[in-house]
Amino acid sequence: MPETDTIDMLVGITPGSALDAIRARRPEARKHAEVSYRVLFAPEALAGVSAQERFALGSFVVELHGEVQTGAFYLAGLVASGASDALLAAVAAAVGEATTTGPFGSYPEGPLSAENTEGIIYSVSAELRAALGPRLTTAFEHAHMLVFHPRDAAPESLQAMLDAGWSTTDIVTLSQITAFLSFQIRVVSGLRTLAASA
Amino acid sequence: MPETTLTPPAHTVPTVFTRAQLDWLPWIEPLAIEELTDRHRTALMEVARIKSPYFRLLARDPDALEARTRTDKDIFYNTDAGLPRAERELAAAATSRLNGCIYCASVHARFSATYSKRVDDVEKLLAEGVGADLGERWNAVVAASVALTSTPIAFGPEHVARLRASGLDDLAISDVIQGAAFFNWANRLMLSLGEPALEG
Repeated sequence: MPETDTIDMLVGITPGSALDAIRARRPEARKHAEVSYRVLFAPEALAGVSAQERFALGSFVVELHGEVQTGAFYLAGLVASGASDALLAAVAAAVGEATTTGPFGSYPEGPLSAENTEGIIYSVSAELRAALGPRLTTAFEHAHMLVFHPRDAAPESLQAMLDAGWSTTDIVTLSQITAFLSFQIRVVSGLRTLAASA
Repeated sequence: MPETTLTPPAHTVPTVFTRAQLDWLPWIEPLAIEELTDRHRTALMEVARIKSPYFRLLARDPDALEARTRTDKDIFYNTDAGLPRAERELAAAATSRLNGCIYCASVHARFSATYSKRVDDVEKLLAEGVGADLGERWNAVVAASVALTSTPIAFGPEHVARLRASGLDDLAISDVIQGAAFFNWANRLMLSLGEPALEG
């Protein structure tokens, strides 16, 4: 078993508490939520996505959710990766210009079109593109779509990432990072609310 | 030379939520069956998944795939008390309905209908959306899933209270939380790496 559990730490679950006992009833989910965090943010082999890119994306995604404590955890990871002040400032500024609410988006044309809802389609501003570089710029634009309007997904944003130098395998890893965080953030938030409702 | 996305073959796009069996067509290249190493095969976890382009695509990051799958199976299949399987699947279906994942909703609506035998209520959720009236206990599970799926997250003490009033204990409530949270993971992969198609 991993020695620390990120979800327990972020929720504030202590050994012997009621939530500790509840999480122990789903031991594989508890263990592999943590393994997921480790293989996505501190893998044995980084392959095509650097630690700094993983935490820059992670920090952006969590901050888009407005989850302050979880955001601080991923920001600390980004700082520990040796991120420059310029990159840290660019990630924070990107969060500022990209934050909205979700889920929104469109359906294939037909009966569900009546449920289509509009929202911000994020394009990284010109002043942030230089600090982020083309790889993180396309990764952030893709992640924004995944966070807020996933049903608008289309091959074009994947092609933009391929054109920026990501491989197909890198895109799978980046997609897993954003998708996994969408889970981890909600478990942390939900369990914190449950703990406070005792 | 950068790689390029795939152009799916001609197919019929589903335009409504359905319990029918759907296909899924990838937008980027899955590993070919002959490329799969022992590590990839272990990460797939089930032999049948070798035939699935979705799982062979995720197998490009085998450690992430395996951990994802083990998390999934315990949240939905662990039979030690907590929320009945039908209602874990309801949380998955409601989350998928709100995010707009027609493929995921089809699979988990089928499971929810199978385990609950409440086909009409499941059909109502698919047809009317997350505001459908499914009776108070199911309404409470759907409302909690919706609040958890919203960004920013809107799940609050009022949702916990409503679930408790419907007879859920805290283990069952944690199953709602983990079920809805997990489908916020699954929907995003399924929606963004390819698209659904009607079979045939």
